[in-house]
Amino acid sequence: MTPNPTQDVRGTGDSGGSRRSGAPTALAALGRGGTATVALLLALIFVVIATQNPSFFEGPPLMSFAKKAAPLVILAIGQYLVIVSGEFDLSVGSLVGAQVVIAARLIDGQEAMTLPVIGLMMVFGLVVGLVNGLVTTLLRVPSIITTLGTMLILFGAVRYWTGGAPTGALSESFRVPGRHGIEGVPFLGELPWALVIALVLAVGAVFLMRSPFGRSLVATGDNDVAAAFSGVRVWRVRTMAFVGSSLMATVAAILIGGYAGVTAQVGDGLEFTAITAVVLGGVVLGGGRGTVVAAVLGALTVEALFTLFNQLYLPSTIQPSVQGLIIIAAVAYAARRGDLRLPERLRRRPAHPTERSLGTSRR
Amino acid sequence: MTRPPIPLTRNPRPRLDTTGLVYLALVLLLALSAALVAARGGNLFTTANTVDLFTRSSLLGFLAIGQTLVILCRSLDLSVGYVAALSTVVAATTMAGDPSRVLLGVGATLGVAGLIGLANGLVVTRLRVNPFIATLGMGLVIKGYLDTNFQGPAGSIPAAFQAFGYTRIGVLPVSTLVMLGVALAAVLFLRRTRTGYHMYAVGGDAEVARLSGIRSGVPTVTAHVLCSVTAGVAGLLLAARFGTGSATVYSGGYELEAIAAVVLGGTYLLGGRGGVAGTVAGVLILATLDTVFNVLAVDPFVKDVLRGVIVIAAVAVYARRGHPARRVRFPSGGTAPPGPGPGSRPGPDPSPESDPDPETGPAPQPLGGLR
Amino acid sequence: MTTELLLRMSGVSKSFLGVRVLHGVDLELHPGELHALVGENGAGKSTLMKVLAGVHRADGGTIELEGRPVSFEHPVQAQRAGVTTVFQEFNLLPERTVAENVFLGREIRRRGLVDGRAMERATAELLAELGLEGIAPRSRVRSLSVAEQQIVEIVKALSHDARIISMDEPTAALADHEVEVLYRIIGRLRERGVAVLYVSHRMKEIFDLADTITVLKDGYRVDTVPADGVSPSELVRKMVGRPVSAVFPERLEPHGAHVGRVRLSVAGGGNTQLDGIGFEVRGGEILGLGGLQGSGRTEVAHALFGVERFTRGEVSVDGRRVDPRSPRQAVRSGLVLVTEDRKTQGLALNQSVAANGRLVLDAVWPLGSARRARRLPGILSSVELVARGGHGQEVRYLSGGNQQKVVLAKWLATEPGVMVLDEPTRGIDVGAKQAVYRLMRELAAAGVAIVLISSELPELIGMSDRLVVLRDGRVAGELPGGSGEEAVMAAATGSPHGDGSAAHDPRASASAGDASPDGPSSSEENGGGSPARHEEAAP
Repeated sequence: MTPNPTQDVRGTGDSGGSRRSGAPTALAALGRGGTATVALLLALIFVVIATQNPSFFEGPPLMSFAKKAAPLVILAIGQYLVIVSGEFDLSVGSLVGAQVVIAARLIDGQEAMTLPVIGLMMVFGLVVGLVNGLVTTLLRVPSIITTLGTMLILFGAVRYWTGGAPTGALSESFRVPGRHGIEGVPFLGELPWALVIALVLAVGAVFLMRSPFGRSLVATGDNDVAAAFSGVRVWRVRTMAFVGSSLMATVAAILIGGYAGVTAQVGDGLEFTAITAVVLGGVVLGGGRGTVVAAVLGALTVEALFTLFNQLYLPSTIQPSVQGLIIIAAVAYAARRGDLRLPERLRRRPAHPTERSLGTSRR
Repeated sequence: MTRPPIPLTRNPRPRLDTTGLVYLALVLLLALSAALVAARGGNLFTTANTVDLFTRSSLLGFLAIGQTLVILCRSLDLSVGYVAALSTVVAATTMAGDPSRVLLGVGATLGVAGLIGLANGLVVTRLRVNPFIATLGMGLVIKGYLDTNFQGPAGSIPAAFQAFGYTRIGVLPVSTLVMLGVALAAVLFLRRTRTGYHMYAVGGDAEVARLSGIRSGVPTVTAHVLCSVTAGVAGLLLAARFGTGSATVYSGGYELEAIAAVVLGGTYLLGGRGGVAGTVAGVLILATLDTVFNVLAVDPFVKDVLRGVIVIAAVAVYARRGHPARRVRFPSGGTAPPGPGPGSRPGPDPSPESDPDPETGPAPQPLGGLR
Repeated sequence: MTTELLLRMSGVSKSFLGVRVLHGVDLELHPGELHALVGENGAGKSTLMKVLAGVHRADGGTIELEGRPVSFEHPVQAQRAGVTTVFQEFNLLPERTVAENVFLGREIRRRGLVDGRAMERATAELLAELGLEGIAPRSRVRSLSVAEQQIVEIVKALSHDARIISMDEPTAALADHEVEVLYRIIGRLRERGVAVLYVSHRMKEIFDLADTITVLKDGYRVDTVPADGVSPSELVRKMVGRPVSAVFPERLEPHGAHVGRVRLSVAGGGNTQLDGIGFEVRGGEILGLGGLQGSGRTEVAHALFGVERFTRGEVSVDGRRVDPRSPRQAVRSGLVLVTEDRKTQGLALNQSVAANGRLVLDAVWPLGSARRARRLPGILSSVELVARGGHGQEVRYLSGGNQQKVVLAKWLATEPGVMVLDEPTRGIDVGAKQAVYRLMRELAAAGVAIVLISSELPELIGMSDRLVVLRDGRVAGELPGGSGEEAVMAAATGSPHGDGSAAHDPRASASAGDASPDGPSSSEENGGGSPARHEEAAP
């Protein structure tokens, strides 16, 4: 985990919770209100976009927005799995870059290689996720360091393998999911495959989070000691979350590669954009709170903001600044609400006997 | 007072401490590298190589020293690369090639850097934003500003100040001497000032610090300010080397390398343990690796891979060392330890008495009650 | 002993969330006096100490220090006034040196810089005054033994020029020879005129050390007596003799297939914290596991549940030998543990009642969880859960009692055969306690074997059919249900109750008989090979 976000531990037990328990329903609504808040924000941005560009909702422009937003939505789903379990995955940007480069190099323009290479990419994603997860849970390396390390390793290894610049080329069929769609849909014109894939994955993620695994994952992020005492295999659940994140990054890489082609910079900074999206959706860093729908809406919001900036002719270079301010504001806002969480003192008890055998190293 | 001293079982001398281990690792690495280079018919310790090693370590050193302070407080600063980039621009545009404006330029650079650190520190302590997010966000804000306003080189550094980048005394570049000076200052700061002491306390256990009357915000904010200022110094060094302000140096991944150096140096990522001396060794280890890779003409990308592996491995090793052993009441044989009688007790009971559990006690109630 | 008054607390009251835990308690301290504060768990000792230390603020009453009224709002204020406290949980930084810890927050400076040498000198002097040259001021606290850390806490207290030092069970973590050292330190403190407020459960220490004894019970001061004017057994009576404040529900007519069968048997169980643990529990029976804090009760629960498992001996559930290495395996074998600490070990507080209730099912039987979870609404209503927001309500908004009911429901959903309940009624209101008691009776009647761990003697005795008392990680004795509180306390403390010569030194007899190193418990009928365990009496 990250260093302690609440440096000035206020040592108040969880008085915040008890003090407020007078109006539990209202606060519960606020606590769960992450989804509503981000949905409102998204609607607001769409309204502003519509005033600037009334034709935005006329099908094709909307579909091209969806096509552009789909990879971030998918990455946000993956990042959500990891964050809700109480960890971070900083390696996804690097992984996207690596996967695109791998695809280009191995496919090298041959149509026949497309499917085998996609299969190989999935395996590679699985391995990266396993390494991230096992190093974090079994070797007790904080996930920030683990995934930073993976990020460096992937970055260096792929460039070493290709001699610095990406080589080869993607095949046409590889680029279909990222670029094309189902033609001739009434009103919309073309229904992008990217949107279809993102929708399928989002629906799948919603069902996953309602499954026993999903509930165990959230409970682990909320209180890993209690989860372990309840029979949850914490290491396994968290490792699966990392695997999920890496697989999502792989799918996103296929879409991004198809959409934007191969460059040396592909994937740069995506991990932070994905984290911004998830956090904007009200998902609390440290785990245990927030829904996957909110994460998806967060991703759409970030993408809509970028679209808005384009419409306002703001230089694209200013985007990081806005992203930075948003992420700070979102977390600061969440920290206010987050007073309801367990105080740090309760969560971090190095001397506790169960910690070594049951909990993990974080906190 | 002529009472006999009360006998106590003494622990055996503690093992070599972490800093010692890091320096040992550094020496071993140097020896190994020298042997490896010699086996290839080269010499690691030529003037050129040594200067290269020191030059590399000075830049990273500035960043890592500041980062050490922040990490000791259980915080993190991911904005240092961006602060350094901004600093090159501020320095170069303020000096604008005029030797008489060198001091002004240095002052402005460090001032701006310090203000950014202050903002970081306040966002972390006052708004209670996770430091990872806070400083990452700050870095992105700076990145946006730089990308928007400075497409190419900006301003220029007068030759007098460029000397900071190139002058050396024997094999020691001036910048390395300055870095060692800053390191020494940081060591003194941690060992001889209250704020330095309190950094360890806040990072080690914020609750204990609070109960001892330490205001936890002060050391943390101070650490962030100092960290940004050292990043500003790193920016000055970069500007002196380039002779101009270059906004794109942030892409060098300095913040991660600095964190790697700090962690390698034995400072605990979650605060409260470690120090600047170890960090300097960590910096030298990374610089040595770089130099050796250079001499051996290893692909630069392999460097990234190795760096990633080394950092993960180092943290995993330190994670193993960190666990204090629990008191053993019955060694595996099953016989009780010597000393019969109703006295031998286990370690602190996991459930210290809490009087009718204050439930969600309204008062501050950290002492023992809820453990 | 001087007669001037150092501290007077009068009429001190304190409530937590409407629950009164101190009722107008009076206490006086004289210089050089050792004043012992005794009482059962939950009597209010710790709260009183925390009020004195400035951790809690009293709701009512006054505190006078040398005649001047004081009100401490922060521990630092109390320390500056010379009132310091050594808590059970050490407030030390393990990575810093002894001297740095002693002067934390008050570092000695010279010309603006911290003077490390001066702090080390001052620490060395303080240590020398106590005759403790063995501890180097420069060694890291992490490298010290528990006893030495305790001493560092005391030295830290002294460095404030303390006139009052309160100690909360200072010997709880010490070995015998270390206790000796503590005795001598306390002696020297008293020579210096320091008043010591001393909380302990151990009769021997209290009578060895104390000048005056104050007995607390249920938040009231029962009596303050000079130590030489009271006998240990009288004292124990004062501590436990209480008005009937809790009524325990009657046993129910047993039914179910498992009543009377041995469902859990432990023989010769041991690990680093426990040794020679052996007992049996039958279906329909409630076995009480008693003992002081740190006697190994929770460790037994954790060992059974696979958290810190037994490395010796054997455990059987329903006649099948089990060796759970994780809670998951324990649950699968039919054994569940209601952990003592709801908030850190029992619940995911940000999740709903329903999600917490399903958690074990989700984790242990992911495929069948939907089917099994259909029982949950029924279970939740049977435990009398009151959640205004329905089962979608997040549990952090529930009261402690209702939270505990969620924890119980979570485990009942697995239909366990053996239930270990560790402090199931801690910190919950009377109504919820009654609900928990009724539930235990119903479960027992249905054939579940229950192990109850509790620090509250009336509860332990009132609910249990049989009692096993632990001391120092071993079974100190087995008592029939309905035994007197004095008898349980005597077994738990090893106090000279009656002609306590045998009970006084149980370790000698225990370790003499326990030569078999691996405790290869003989057979199941025998129930284990540890001579430390008394013969079992099946109900």
